[in-house]
Amino acid sequence: MEQDLSKVTPLVYESRIGVPYNWWAGKTASRFFETIAHDKKLAATKCDKCGKVFVPPRKTCPECFVDTNSWVSLSGEGTVVTFTVVTRKLAALGKRNPPVIFALIRPDGADTAMLHILDNIAPEKVHTGLAVKPVFSENPKGHITDISHFEPV
Amino acid sequence: MAKKRVAVVGTGQTMHKSHRPDVNGQELIHEAVKTALADAELTINDIDAIVIGNMDHFEGINYVDCWSVDGSGGWMKPIIKLTTGGTTGSTLAIGGYHMVASGLFEKVLIIGWEKNSESDTTGAITTAFDPIWDRLVFAGAIAGLAAEGMAYMTEFGITDKDAARVSVRDRKHACNNPYAQLRQEVTLEEVLASPMLSDPIHLLDVCPRTDGACAVIMASEDVAQKICPTPAWVWGTANRHTYTYVGDLNLGEIDSMKYAAAELWKKTGITEPRKQIDVIELYQPYSFAGIIWIEAMGIIPRGKGAEYIWSGATDMGGELPINPSGGVIACNPIGATGLIRCAEACTQIMGKGGARQVPDVNLAVSTGFGGCFWTDILLYGKQKPDF
Repeated sequence: MEQDLSKVTPLVYESRIGVPYNWWAGKTASRFFETIAHDKKLAATKCDKCGKVFVPPRKTCPECFVDTNSWVSLSGEGTVVTFTVVTRKLAALGKRNPPVIFALIRPDGADTAMLHILDNIAPEKVHTGLAVKPVFSENPKGHITDISHFEPV
Repeated sequence: MAKKRVAVVGTGQTMHKSHRPDVNGQELIHEAVKTALADAELTINDIDAIVIGNMDHFEGINYVDCWSVDGSGGWMKPIIKLTTGGTTGSTLAIGGYHMVASGLFEKVLIIGWEKNSESDTTGAITTAFDPIWDRLVFAGAIAGLAAEGMAYMTEFGITDKDAARVSVRDRKHACNNPYAQLRQEVTLEEVLASPMLSDPIHLLDVCPRTDGACAVIMASEDVAQKICPTPAWVWGTANRHTYTYVGDLNLGEIDSMKYAAAELWKKTGITEPRKQIDVIELYQPYSFAGIIWIEAMGIIPRGKGAEYIWSGATDMGGELPINPSGGVIACNPIGATGLIRCAEACTQIMGKGGARQVPDVNLAVSTGFGGCFWTDILLYGKQKPDF
């Protein structure tokens, strides 16, 4: 057989891996979603040692490495820490169409920010420090999208 | 302090391309391994152990340590797989260093590789983000970087033109590197006129997707001195993770780089990195990082990065050339990318850089970055460290 590979067409096997997962949120995160469903509030945890308030709530303070035993109820109103306006149909947009505004939002009373989507505002009007509030989904499912999006106060 | 001193004694890379349909993964790996063994004038029989890694999910093969033995030469040798997302390549270098420094292995072959063309990059990268809190509102790797660029722009008033200058630099440098995927100069105007992907990032501000592999051989002190005329001594390594959820990030400052670099300078006695270091291979997936991250590294005071870039100091011929290889913007086989930075930094120490060689390199730095803003950093010297 000929040694020369220059005339060989490289083949490709097109495939897909589909793997179902069940991601357990745990009781701490579950309380956050239950609180949205019942009270339209954000449930945050507080570190009794350093006083930091966490949204998303976490069971352990990552810096003090002690359990957080206190809960704080927040309205969800907060400010934009930073943001970007996706203007191209990037794969990460999924079913959303550009422009999509992704923002890190620090809820008033929290020391951390959460990633979410800003809507009902022209992209050029968004700025760091913008005051925003959450708009809750009408049919909460226990997902982060139970906050449909944030919008200007 | 390391138990034993360690040096890089050989490196090898493939010619990096957007697609390598002519070879499968093992064959791609083999090209880099063969080149590294030739560079070190060793055979596979001389190798005591192998560390290999790539990005989770990119090729959908999760037992790479075993599957790759045809290409790696790992048949019947100790092999460990490491994978840490974007930092995989730099983590491999740190892991290989630990293995030799421990005294348990004399010569370790380190391999990073990626066939990025084989799957959906965003689909794979999404799995690095928390499923409950971040994935359903995930903005993608580019948008995450854009949010960092935006935070820094807002604080210091720089523009996308300042960032474009970094892209112009790296793309020009890449023309000197025969291994780089993208070897074409661009102008500031071309960067700014390229499509806006996610404000403030233009298409020509970001890295491509690449198929490629890199191999590095590290040896213990006695062996390194015997087999290599100019080994690149590993002076130290550091890494930091600061993050669980995206909202934890201090965007615009990259804390992981700040703390990792500070630790590395402290334990290697570097007091003025800008003056003491001769070249940096920065894992810089987009142009703004070329400004923000050198500040975090302590090269230049915070807020002064853009001015420093415009001065030409980081160009070839400047006081501290950054990315003589063209860096990540010109070539990004992700699981190999951090190890290419290591190989390129060591190539500079060894004086084997050809057209991309910086004169008289005594100290070189390589870094690694993961999309969730964690950092690896390594320092190499021409002289053996006296600690």
